[in-house]
Amino acid sequence: MIWSFDIIILIFLVITAVIALTVKDLLASSMVLGIYSFLICILWAEMGAVDVAFTEAAVGAGVSTVIMIATVFQTARKSKD
Amino acid sequence: MDFFYQTFIAKFNYWIYVILMMIGLFAMIAKNNLIKKLVGMCIFQTAIILFYVSIGVKQDARIPILTKDEVPHGGHYTTEHHDGHKDHKADQERPYIDAKTITNPIPHVLMLTAIVVGVSTLGVALAIAQKVHLHYGSLEEDEILAKIPLGNDG
Repeated sequence: MIWSFDIIILIFLVITAVIALTVKDLLASSMVLGIYSFLICILWAEMGAVDVAFTEAAVGAGVSTVIMIATVFQTARKSKD
Repeated sequence: MDFFYQTFIAKFNYWIYVILMMIGLFAMIAKNNLIKKLVGMCIFQTAIILFYVSIGVKQDARIPILTKDEVPHGGHYTTEHHDGHKDHKADQERPYIDAKTITNPIPHVLMLTAIVVGVSTLGVALAIAQKVHLHYGSLEEDEILAKIPLGNDG
């Protein structure tokens, strides 16, 4: 575990979480949530949890981003808040 | 400086865990859009997984996979002859593995299940959101609540 790398990723995690919740475009929100998932995947590979890292990369970042984008295109893209 | 290191740098994962969890909880309660609520739920789940994975981390530890030299021949730890007497020489050659040099894999295995459960929860919730949009024509919570007719007893 490299603590400087750890701190940089954790700060970016909080930034992307706040951005994903504040943008009004839901497609952009889904994309920023994908960035969040890949950042947390890097964090777990760096913390020694490689099995959790590749499960998160395949399932968390891949599948959940795809189904969220599909839902955004099926429904409304604009959000009020 | 030592206090600062012990309180913030060494436990930075746990501070960020608290912050991310409260961001997710705030979004689930206060956001008006249903998709935004689900984004908050995703962040909440990953914050819990971050907490559990942080428990298993040790300083200067490597990933929980044994190298080729550490695994005995055939993968067996005790070598026994066919006539029943144990081979003490092979017992002494058993490699010594210090548990302090390997991260604890038990929280990781628990959290693998949590990731899969989280994605399936998200999938069901998004399907329900599509049904809600089909029925009420909106994903905003206040517009949906205004369109729900109140019954006589409501």
